[in-house]
Amino acid sequence: MPSLRYVFTVILGCALATWLSRVVPFIILKKFRLPNLLLEFLNFVPIVIMSSLWFESLFTQRQGQLPLINLGNFLASIPTIAAAIISKSLLVTVLIGVLSLAILNIFFGIN
Amino acid sequence: MNNQLSARTALRETLPTVFGYVGIGIAFGIIGKSSGLKDIEILSMSLITYAGSAQFIMISLLLNRAPLASVILTVFLINSRMILMSMNTSRFFKRESMVKNILIGTFLTDESFALSMNKINYTNDSLSFEWLNTSNLIAYFTWSAASLAGGFFGNFIRDSQKLGLGFALVAMFIGLLYLQMINDHALSIKIQLTVILFVFCLIYLGLVLIPSSILIICVTILGCAFGVAIEHALA
Repeated sequence: MPSLRYVFTVILGCALATWLSRVVPFIILKKFRLPNLLLEFLNFVPIVIMSSLWFESLFTQRQGQLPLINLGNFLASIPTIAAAIISKSLLVTVLIGVLSLAILNIFFGIN
Repeated sequence: MNNQLSARTALRETLPTVFGYVGIGIAFGIIGKSSGLKDIEILSMSLITYAGSAQFIMISLLLNRAPLASVILTVFLINSRMILMSMNTSRFFKRESMVKNILIGTFLTDESFALSMNKINYTNDSLSFEWLNTSNLIAYFTWSAASLAGGFFGNFIRDSQKLGLGFALVAMFIGLLYLQMINDHALSIKIQLTVILFVFCLIYLGLVLIPSSILIICVTILGCAFGVAIEHALA
């Protein structure tokens, strides 16, 4: 691991980058109204971001070739979806998800 | 969830979701420790950078001795989805002061954003500073405490992946996606499922061509544009 000084430079630089992307839209949009088309676009942001972060985790990237399936995450997603539908609870869904992958790892050697 | 927007309601509605970040925060601390980070570095990353899943990527880039500019750019690109979330959230706070807007923006996360988007289905499309700020701060302090606890456990645990902790983040996205789908009355289930299927194809094909650091932001823009297009085509 690099020196304490370098790690802290990285921490501060990344903090500035993420802070700006969180705060600048709030400052700019206080003065302006968003057009309707953009509002319609923003309606889709939650489901699109959530599903893309999930789907990305189901594969292992090999740039230039079709991605490999991440079998552990793929299989663990099935009981996790069932838990979400049955319980409608985030906590139960996360616990079942973690438990599913742990069982796949420990008993079947899949990860 | 109900239509109340007080700090107390936020506490009650946010607490069940913290188990999602406790798992991931602990996993972050454990992985940080096993990668050679000190407790102070783990805690500072969570308190100062506060970038969720991007912190795992910071660790791997630090291990690769990546140059400063490339670490910052990667973290910015991964977190650039926050621009869309902030734009989406800011419309509920136009009447609040600039300081309150900056505070909400500073502590906004994927999870508090998703919780807000569920909440507006119960509150006739409105949010309050008290509600979201409370929810944000609970997330912030939970994340930092969990990271530090993870750093401590990391002294003893060797194989966190085996315990399934890495899946906590994914499971949370699955749960949030499902809750969003059943609670969002602005979009029909048919349109939502069509867009999600399209996103799946984009991710699969995108993984061939696009570096994973910018894949999420590219897919988000294309996926939302596709959603608007089919909504207009069906109307």
